[in-house]
Amino acid sequence: MQPDRHAPPSSLSRARTRAFRLNGRAHAALVADHVLLLDYLREGLGLTGTKRGCDGGECGACTVLIDGRPRLACLTRAGECAGHQVETIEGLADGGRMSPLQRAFHERLGTQCGYCTPGMIMAAEGLLRRNPDPDEAAIRAALAGNICRCTGYVKIIEAVQSAAGSAR
Amino acid sequence: MSVLPEFRVLAPRSVAAAIAAGRQRATRFVAGGTDLMANLRHGIGAPATLIDLRGIRALRGIVVGPRGLSLGAAVTLAELAGHARVAKDYPALAQAAAAVGGPAHREAGTVGGNLCLDTRCVFYNRGDWWREANGHCLKYQGDTCHVAPTGRRCHAAFSGDLAPALLVHGAEVEIAGPDGQRRMPLGELYAEDGAAHLRLATGEFLVRVLLPPAPWPAAYAKARARGAIDFPLAGVAVALRVGAHGVAGLRVALTGTNARPFLLAGTEALLGARVDAGWCAELGKLVQKQVSPMRTTLLAAQYRRRAASALVERLAVTLADATAASARDGHEMVRQAK
Ligand SMILES: Cc1cc2nc3c(=O)[nH]c(=O)nc-3n(C[C@H](O)[C@H](O)[C@H](O)COP(=O)(O)OP(=O)(O)OC[C@H]3O[C@@H](n4cnc5c(N)ncnc54)[C@H](O)[C@@H]3O)c2cc1C
Ligand code: SF4
Ligand code: FES
Ligand code: FES
Repeated sequence: MQPDRHAPPSSLSRARTRAFRLNGRAHAALVADHVLLLDYLREGLGLTGTKRGCDGGECGACTVLIDGRPRLACLTRAGECAGHQVETIEGLADGGRMSPLQRAFHERLGTQCGYCTPGMIMAAEGLLRRNPDPDEAAIRAALAGNICRCTGYVKIIEAVQSAAGSAR
Repeated sequence: MSVLPEFRVLAPRSVAAAIAAGRQRATRFVAGGTDLMANLRHGIGAPATLIDLRGIRALRGIVVGPRGLSLGAAVTLAELAGHARVAKDYPALAQAAAAVGGPAHREAGTVGGNLCLDTRCVFYNRGDWWREANGHCLKYQGDTCHVAPTGRRCHAAFSGDLAPALLVHGAEVEIAGPDGQRRMPLGELYAEDGAAHLRLATGEFLVRVLLPPAPWPAAYAKARARGAIDFPLAGVAVALRVGAHGVAGLRVALTGTNARPFLLAGTEALLGARVDAGWCAELGKLVQKQVSPMRTTLLAAQYRRRAASALVERLAVTLADATAASARDGHEMVRQAK
């Protein structure tokens, strides 16, 4: 990984290397203890798919999967990921082909401005891996922490249902 | 690259190592970080060192057995909410865990972090520029309370969901620190002061929470502004035992209304009676007298006071009905067996 150019020297002096898996690949992060996963992904690695919404744990825009479970990158330190599997929205498409959930959000109009979409999709992805055939209540519960200011949620839920249905 | 103040993180592997780490200057314990990271992001606190407690084995695991329930402080809320034995024997606890935040908060958030949650107030849970523009406040960096400007005390509300569900079951906490280990009733962990609500000495941390066996039937409910995820405006747990001569046992605990979670006093007066409208009104009055919500949330304090008593009454009726129904089923089974 490229050392972060913007970090003050004191942070760099404290940076440590941590090994984890990022979107299925081995990754060595050179990062200081107080750096959040959100900042590391976006500014350290240029993986800007994970969004900064509220920056305080309230909106879900920064949802990623850690060991397959939803976590908020704005409340998680990058250093906590050592030894774990981190997945971001960038890891879902396969060779340029959208994943079933991504396709469903596109086709079912589950995305409008798109700002909440990566977080929504990652939260839904975590759900479908645990429960491939969720009912509407389970979908609502899994997406409870994700705010969308555009769609009114109905199309989002339909998109998840459609992705689950097409996998059946 | 970081939006947080600079700190380093230690990850001790044993209680002894955590105690040693806690002797250093300006340390803060952290578990899931879902409360602490948001506060640090808002410029509240600037610890030099965080001590991540989750790698310590003694703080992990849920054990349900003949001696009751033992809950590690680093157990996540998702683990607790999804534990089948807990859901069966201590449903109020599972309900409270499931009612915390959203799924991602429960994956990261822990029992210890929930019990040691910082208190909350609309003038406090804000960015540093906001608080600075408002002249800060008594709780942190300022000298006036914007909620009660003539007073000298902070009224920020304790808003963790688990505490009441543990209090009604008579929970104790095991604490480790520089002076060794101690154990005390959970209620004694808290003080009615929004700026200093935890009675923990520097370097002390929660290791486990212990509940006695044979819990009374209990339930948890909360009122919140945002139905999908939100802190309790008022959160209540009720444990109720009904016998042949009416109410044989009653414990009520509350969160979100005061600077500390607490067990309602004076419930003995309600024993030996049937759960009817008059009884509920008395119970409701008792709740309204002891809660002291202040204007620390966007909703009116009076709404929280009434929500607290309404939820308590509702849970008591639900629990009484469930006991009556299971007694009927029991008779039915005996009759059929004959
Ligand atoms: C949007 C949002 C909504 C939320 N909604 C709710 C809600 O509805 N109900 C609710 O209860 N909470 C809610 N929370 C708060 C939080 O997510 C949970 O309370 C969680 O359980 C905190 O646990 P944690 O491990 O993440 O705590 P941390 O942030 O790691 O720690 C919290 C505090 O406890 C201290 N601490 C942690 N572990 C210990 C220990 N073992 N011994 C001593 N001190 C310790 C830390 O020093 C810190 O001061 C919400 C948070 C957000 C951001
Ligand atoms: S109750 Fe008063 S002192 Fe406490 S956080 Fe709110 S404004 Fe500050
Ligand atoms: S940016 Fe993380 S929850 Fe809003
Ligand atoms: S599509 Fe705009 S916020 Fe959800």
